[in-house]
Amino acid sequence: MQQFLQVFIALPLLGFVLSLFVPRKKERPLSWIAMGTVGAHLILLTAFISAWLIRGGDALDIKQFIVYESPSFEFAIDFYFDRITAVYSWVGDVIMLLVVLFSRFYMHREAGFKRFFNNILIFFAAYHCIIFSGNFETFFVGWELLGICSFLLIGFYRDRYLPVKNALKVISIYRLGDICLIIALWLCHHIFHANITFSQLNLPGFVQEYLPGNGTMILLVGIMLLVGAAVKSGQFPFSSWVPRAMEGPTSSSAVFYGSLSVHIGVFLLLRTYPLWQDVTAIKIMVIVVGAVTALVATAIARVQPTVKTQIAYSSLAQIGLMFIEVALGWHILALIHFSANAFLRTYQLLVSPSVLSYLIHDMFFSFTPGQAAKKKQSKLGNSLYMLGIKEWNLDFFQYRFLWSPFKWLGKQLNRVPAGIAVTGVVIVLIAGIVMFAMKEELPAEVITYMPIVFAGIGCLLVLRAFAERGSALRAFILVAVAQCFITLSISFNGDVPPHQILIFLSGIAVAAITGVVGLNRIKRIDNDISLNNFHGYAYEQPRWAVVVLISCLAMAGLPFTPTFLGIDLLFTHIHANQLAVVIFTSISFLFIEICLLRIYSRIFLGQHKKPYHPIAYKSS
Amino acid sequence: MSTQNNKVDTTVHSARSKVYHSDGKAVADVPHILHELRHYLPSQTPIKDFIHHNSLHAYQHMKFYEAIFKASKIFGFQATLQLTEFRELYAIGRIKNEVLEHVIEGRKGKGGVNLDTWRDRLLRKSYDVNNTPRIGQLRAEWKNQYQVDLDNLVQPLLFRIVCSYLDQGISLHKVSSHDDGFLASIKELEQNSFTSFFKTKRAKELLLSDNLDCRKLLQIVVGQEEYFEQYLFDQQFTHQGWSGIVAAVEDSPHTLMDSRKISLMDFVMLELLLEIDALDHSLGKDWEPLGDRVEAPPVDLFAHVDTTELQEVFILWQDAFEWSYYDEVLSGMQQLKTRSIETIGEGKSTSPNLSFQAIFCIDERECSIRRHVEAVDRNCETFGSPGFFGVEFYFQPENGKFYEKLCPAPVTPKYLIKEEPVSHKRGHELLYTPKTHTLLEGTLGTLSLGFMAAIRLFQTMFRPRMSPAISNAFSHMNKKAPLVIENRDVNHRENDLQVGFTVPEMAARVEGLLRGIGMVKDFAPLVYVMAHGSSSANNPHHSAHDCGACSGRPGSVNARVFAHMANHREVRNILKEKGLAIPESTWFVGAMHDTAADQMDFYDADILDDEKKQAHQVNLVAFEEALDRNATERSRRFASINTKRDLKKVRKDILDRSVSMFEPRPELGHGTNTLCIVGNRDITKGLFLDRRAFLNSYDYRTDPDGSVLTGVMRPIGLVCGGINLEYYFSRVDNHKLGAGTKLPHNIMGLFGVANSSDGDLRPGLPVQMIEVHDPVRLLIVVEHQPEIVLKSIQSTPEIYEWYLNEWVHLIALHPGTNKFHYFKNGEFTIYDPITPEVPAADDILKLVTDAKEMETNYIVDATVENLPVHLVNES
Repeated sequence: MQQFLQVFIALPLLGFVLSLFVPRKKERPLSWIAMGTVGAHLILLTAFISAWLIRGGDALDIKQFIVYESPSFEFAIDFYFDRITAVYSWVGDVIMLLVVLFSRFYMHREAGFKRFFNNILIFFAAYHCIIFSGNFETFFVGWELLGICSFLLIGFYRDRYLPVKNALKVISIYRLGDICLIIALWLCHHIFHANITFSQLNLPGFVQEYLPGNGTMILLVGIMLLVGAAVKSGQFPFSSWVPRAMEGPTSSSAVFYGSLSVHIGVFLLLRTYPLWQDVTAIKIMVIVVGAVTALVATAIARVQPTVKTQIAYSSLAQIGLMFIEVALGWHILALIHFSANAFLRTYQLLVSPSVLSYLIHDMFFSFTPGQAAKKKQSKLGNSLYMLGIKEWNLDFFQYRFLWSPFKWLGKQLNRVPAGIAVTGVVIVLIAGIVMFAMKEELPAEVITYMPIVFAGIGCLLVLRAFAERGSALRAFILVAVAQCFITLSISFNGDVPPHQILIFLSGIAVAAITGVVGLNRIKRIDNDISLNNFHGYAYEQPRWAVVVLISCLAMAGLPFTPTFLGIDLLFTHIHANQLAVVIFTSISFLFIEICLLRIYSRIFLGQHKKPYHPIAYKSS
Repeated sequence: MSTQNNKVDTTVHSARSKVYHSDGKAVADVPHILHELRHYLPSQTPIKDFIHHNSLHAYQHMKFYEAIFKASKIFGFQATLQLTEFRELYAIGRIKNEVLEHVIEGRKGKGGVNLDTWRDRLLRKSYDVNNTPRIGQLRAEWKNQYQVDLDNLVQPLLFRIVCSYLDQGISLHKVSSHDDGFLASIKELEQNSFTSFFKTKRAKELLLSDNLDCRKLLQIVVGQEEYFEQYLFDQQFTHQGWSGIVAAVEDSPHTLMDSRKISLMDFVMLELLLEIDALDHSLGKDWEPLGDRVEAPPVDLFAHVDTTELQEVFILWQDAFEWSYYDEVLSGMQQLKTRSIETIGEGKSTSPNLSFQAIFCIDERECSIRRHVEAVDRNCETFGSPGFFGVEFYFQPENGKFYEKLCPAPVTPKYLIKEEPVSHKRGHELLYTPKTHTLLEGTLGTLSLGFMAAIRLFQTMFRPRMSPAISNAFSHMNKKAPLVIENRDVNHRENDLQVGFTVPEMAARVEGLLRGIGMVKDFAPLVYVMAHGSSSANNPHHSAHDCGACSGRPGSVNARVFAHMANHREVRNILKEKGLAIPESTWFVGAMHDTAADQMDFYDADILDDEKKQAHQVNLVAFEEALDRNATERSRRFASINTKRDLKKVRKDILDRSVSMFEPRPELGHGTNTLCIVGNRDITKGLFLDRRAFLNSYDYRTDPDGSVLTGVMRPIGLVCGGINLEYYFSRVDNHKLGAGTKLPHNIMGLFGVANSSDGDLRPGLPVQMIEVHDPVRLLIVVEHQPEIVLKSIQSTPEIYEWYLNEWVHLIALHPGTNKFHYFKNGEFTIYDPITPEVPAADDILKLVTDAKEMETNYIVDATVENLPVHLVNES
């Protein structure tokens, strides 16, 4: 029976690959592939769940295949199936089917019809990869892909400014969640000294066995998981990205931010519950986050004057309650709550345009002018009202406390004269490689500091690239060099076999070459690829846009390149006592992706800079 | 003191003109600047009443081409199709070579060299087509000089505050609105709150200070007074949608049901305050005003725009594009005339045995249903008249808390028509309850309604049907409730409106309409007064599909009211005295056609006598068949429907489509409208015009001196021309002048749509409505002598402007000579069509069902879907 689990991931991937080959204008086959994929998925899943229930409904687990194995490390794709999987995947299938059916007509003749359905299919695959995942690695593959799908669907209208700006905003905050997950993964590796699976976590007493002596580590894991879940589910203080993500076609907003994507945080908590169920501190934190979100999001929802943002915040409030339910161990209730909320918000978003005529009609017959407006508000009422309008400053604080300090740091680096900086970096890199080559001859003391030094330099380079406003090419190369420093840093950790480094670098090298070629190509057009503004080259260079996008994703280590495996590998080689290295490396990976997607967005997305055809206003 | 206040004339604007000098110091007149500025803002009122208008109404005092190029230079939008698009249209033959040559010769003079030069410029010469606008250049200096993106810092909060203030019924917690308006309300909030919209102190102090005025704020932000005008234009046109709605609500607060007091001045002041706040916050307190940092003033926005060769190329292309179609139409009309002379003989009047007559709206969507009705029942006769049928009033349905205006937008009625109470239950939709947005009720609501939503979603997908959430044209009036139409006591008034019409008032209206359309004798036993409306689901723009002559609402009440008046015994007596005798055997029946669902409903048919009832039953069958055929004709443009299926099945598909939540195109609205024909039906009957013509019945024979014609022509420019130009501009630049694609739209406060949460309001038409439209101006053909036509359009300068400045084309069809006279520069010249012959078709249904669907909505693909004019062979 377990053997079947892989079908549920393979099917959407197959659909995606098939749909890649259909020409852009062929709406019918494109939509049929999507409908067929999702429909078949739902039928198979329903059959599977029935069979599974008849057989007693015990959790299933299968190590599907091992991607990479070494004595100390194993990267396996592992699938798991229990009632949480059953509910999440079935609800997901039903909603996806409805939305695909809806979109088939809704998206008719939309520029980007194919892009939309391709995206939906990757999303579908990513979603099930998460839901069916049996270990953190598999979970993480889906999680990363989901983030990229969100980026692409929020920025679906890529010739306008706001969708692109908001897509970047959302992926940036998502990236924070990604990094939390990587750190959790790394911590788990050191707690359990192996790559654990979710079925192991669920074994009675398994986690308890490790608790003594690992209390702080497990607390940290819990916090990381909570932050990751809060980010993905738009919980306090990360809520403000959700309404801003409603930039795509209504049907994609419905499936992403109304229903499936935003509930992934709840899923993460449900899935990892055994890990933190005995840590009261974490439970309290989950409850507090949930409760604060429920209150704040409701307060914001109450004053929203637009339909979609109102639905977004009221959905978040319900998800806050689900967090509490999970922490209290009321998992069946949480699952029912999830299903109901997902269906309701999907429906509300899909029909959101009809709210205008419905409410206007209603007002026509039931509204008495001048009643509500005259009511005097109390000072507290006014304050709540104003806070709601400002969304409790969440967006502002995020910018101020999350991104601004790093940008400032990056800007300071700008002051170093370019010549000195380049020479310095090159010398240090060469020195590093030389030192690495004669590692045996160096004193042990020096070697312990090397990882920190190089990770630090890598991190600084990434931040420098992050703050870069000039050439996109420079930023891109900075990132590539930073990747080399990160590799170097970890290579100093004795036990890294050279071929693992090669795995990592091979991905980087290919991505670097194609990326540089692509960006150079664009540079030759007008000799202007500054990162100071959006250029919108996708309008005239759609093919190069794809090349550079794939290069950027590969460089960032998305789960279709060897680099992804490399990141995972490298992280496991960071020792438990190398906190500084973990921090530097995490920050680096956090900003590498943001930086690369920023390069892609600035050069290819947004308003096209050449006004020889109709271009949207910036504010539209 | 030597103050010299320059009054600005409407034609020449200059930044400097709003500055007067006081003791040698420049002083800007801010209210005056805002007064000028608002002309250029989109004038769309809340979207529940969508009224089509010329998007560039502010330039109507200029010639069309001069205006669009000037506007384009100032605001940076595309004013015609793109050069490459024109060239491709030529390559596929949509712009005809012979017409192009004719157009070049017409504008550039005859002569081989000229023709070749211009032809080469049009077809091959490469031009720099980049159009960098003048607007925004001063304000761009914030980014250049201070590295501050003010729009990003200010707009999201500004939009949210103003949207919340104007919000009609989405948010659950409303701000208390102060009697003194917007800024006073914000001030009150700021005074009585623990928090603030501002991050810094100065802006808040300024707001709370007693002597706050706009100039003071501008002095802080801009400094130099001579820059004020440009700055305000730059600032307001970064979000013209929001500024537009503020100005529109300021002008008519009651356009919102929950009315709000707001002024553009208040809005601008809040924006300036937020700018000061953002600047203080990011630059600290010591920053110089923008004007002090700018070295040279940017180009004056309204400075003269030089004519360029490229503009001339565009003019020639646009003319050629338009005339390639017009010429075909005119040639078809001429052929039709020749044929009818040959076959029937001239001067033969209508058939003596009329089965029925039907008066439709002039709307071009009714062009095809009229053709089908006539094809199904050859003994009937159809007419066209603006769909409010000459009766202007407010309507109050039972329990309605408001009045609805049912007449063209510029008219202000003095009458009220009320529904008499019959207990009528209004439907509700449980899933639309706002309770799901609260915490406790929301949780219970979510848990209980969530699964119901899943079931409802399946229903929506697989069995779409009418529900209270769908705007239903037929529910606009309860057909079972009697209407109070007759006023027996002139003191019977409500809110300064007379309830109902007195008999003489009725008679005047009935006479006006009947004389206008030339229906003065040969009445059929049944005369249908056919209004129209449109049902659609999930469509914020639904009122753009309703009747434009009824202020964007269904015209059912008007049809019913008119029929009642025309059936009134005393009214008929008065009419008889005036020489308009309606025989007793004639009965008027009000009805409505749903242009999206292709359904009809008939009002007060139960009071017909038995004989008429029978006749009505027979006619119903004809109407049903015509609707089947009409649905099939329409379905050719809908990818979701297989046009080749059985007529009844196609009709069912059309009906389903009108109630489908997933369908962004329930119908295509006025897309493709291009013609307006004012004259007898015989000049178009027998021509296939593909639903592109407004058809206004008018009989020159009953109006030799043109006194009726003046009345007929009065609304044509404003209504038909307004629709046409809105489609034109939304088509040529859907990003800047249209609403973009509908799919990401978010409903803002129940008064407009915007993309996502932080976007500007999007006035204009969405891409789903304009993609079938060929952007050509309206050609109005009037059947009368040129002199009379000229007189009729010169009744007021506002009407004459439309024609003289070429915002629409006008041709007089001389009934005596059958020659076309084209109006240009104030005079008529004869135009002979170039197209030798238009194709003929035996079966229109076959023609339309065989037609190909467009591959994409790119103009060059899309235009192919618009079929050429055909002559219909009579079998």
